[in-house]
Amino acid sequence: MKSSRLESAASYLVLVVGALSTLLPFVSIVLASLQPSNALVSGLHVPHSLNFDNFRQAWTAATFGALLKSSVVISVTVVLLSVAMATLAGYALATMRIPAGGLLFGMFLVGLTLPVELIVIPLYFDLRSFHLTDNYLGVILVECALFMPFGVFWMRNHFQSMPRELIEAAEMDSASPRAILFRVLLPLAGPSLSSLAVLIFLWSWNQLLLVLILMQDPSKRTAPAGLGFFVNQNTSNIPVLCAATLIVMLPVLVVYLVFQRKFISGMLQGGIRG
Amino acid sequence: MSLDFIQTRRPASATSPLADARRRRQRADPRGRRKWTGLLYIAPAFLVYVLFVVLPGLHTVYLSMFNWDGITPATWAGLGNYRAVVSDPLLRGAIEHALVLIVFFAVLPITLGLLLAALLARHRRRGMTFFRVIFFLPQIVPLVAVGITWRWMYTEDGAVNQILRFFGLARTTRAWLGDFHLALLAVGLIGTWTLAGLCMMLFLSGVQKIDPALYEAARIDGAGTVREFWAVTLPGLLSEIRVALTVTIIAALASFDIVYVSTNGAPGNQTTVPGLLVYRLAFTDERIGLAAALGVVLTGLILVVVAAISVGIRSEA
Repeated sequence: MKSSRLESAASYLVLVVGALSTLLPFVSIVLASLQPSNALVSGLHVPHSLNFDNFRQAWTAATFGALLKSSVVISVTVVLLSVAMATLAGYALATMRIPAGGLLFGMFLVGLTLPVELIVIPLYFDLRSFHLTDNYLGVILVECALFMPFGVFWMRNHFQSMPRELIEAAEMDSASPRAILFRVLLPLAGPSLSSLAVLIFLWSWNQLLLVLILMQDPSKRTAPAGLGFFVNQNTSNIPVLCAATLIVMLPVLVVYLVFQRKFISGMLQGGIRG
Repeated sequence: MSLDFIQTRRPASATSPLADARRRRQRADPRGRRKWTGLLYIAPAFLVYVLFVVLPGLHTVYLSMFNWDGITPATWAGLGNYRAVVSDPLLRGAIEHALVLIVFFAVLPITLGLLLAALLARHRRRGMTFFRVIFFLPQIVPLVAVGITWRWMYTEDGAVNQILRFFGLARTTRAWLGDFHLALLAVGLIGTWTLAGLCMMLFLSGVQKIDPALYEAARIDGAGTVREFWAVTLPGLLSEIRVALTVTIIAALASFDIVYVSTNGAPGNQTTVPGLLVYRLAFTDERIGLAAALGVVLTGLILVVVAAISVGIRSEA
């Protein structure tokens, strides 16, 4: 079929052009980051010699050691707490009859679309009076709350998709709700839990506005927020700036490449943060 | 843990006649007693959500009705801040810019995604993993990093101008983010780059779920690629389109990160967006009531759009 071969060629062309334009900015900063510090870099230009000194300079100037530590502490805690809370709530909403359960779930659903801009202003003043600004715990709790609607929605869907007979059989053996969750359902929930964990990790890692406001002390900020701050002080030194950007990208890139299957399937199941 | 408490209570109370009756009822309806247990399971998630999202949201609505600098006592403003959001050119401009960004964050990526879906509809390919991994890259890196990268791409000496020169378009080159008329377009295209891959992959995975028999039937009826797209592919992708529209339009209206690092609203106020002004008004200009009102208007806008999408596109209903 001639038309079909034409279509096939056209579709590959679109895919390849799309892939190249997606990769181009990454190539551009990798090349720039390898130029000598303070060099006048132009466009896509392969450096004469590989120069890794920018990474060292960026690392010390922006204190990435401390920033990355904050990022890890916050992201990992947020993942553990919010996955645990979302699992308990999703389990109850999916398998039990709960007074006003529909209303509660509806309240979570509205949260899927609320922007950070709606809540940051009073959060700053309210948390400050509880000494929760410039404090990991403050950011952690707010991020858990922000991702909770999605987490609850995700885990409820998961538990609803489990065969009803599984739960009924356990009930016949007079298993408690807790035993049903921990001994029957959770051992089968691995893939859903890990997809959720990967998504929440990335959202937490990439959160900017919230951290800029709740962490006024630059030394306690996360890597992306620190980068946003750093960029305004080093606008002219492109190679160091690009190196700093790569340092911040690298951890998420690693997580993504290791878990890309989980991540992509999570995103494609309508699991995109609203 | 409170859950242990429920467990241990059962044997202890089994001796009382009341508990006997309760147990009998429980046997009749095994889920009866669980009603209240269920609330305990929901409680941690719900409390955190209410304390750190719902109440602050309501608090913002309250603050929006005052003039407050964050230090001295606030004074009642009624709806004055909302009038300012509509009439002040700076704030109205930010909302207009956000609406323009919808073209770049939502319309363009979805069009590109549908184009690809149309081309690949009949060809169920294996070996898409490679493309998938690449197309999702812009979704996972921090938007701050995306903004900085593009700031460099758009400079006088950046890759964008280099490519334009390569294609003989040297006369169009400029410092894109500094251009008074084109900066917003340049920022918008960063959004297109970020979201196009997501839409493409979302629609490609949706196309795989369309019954191949529908394509067979369309082909037997002599439908070409174009008619096949309108008759089979597009109706089959409605739920994916709804998801994509919701996600991308929210990304456009509530954008902050990309704008904050790429232009910070400049040149002039040509690329300000509501998120940027909420931050600036509240934490630099100390006009907290006005910032709160803008946050409320932004949220209202998002809720209206989301509702319109879910009413407008009713798939498989």
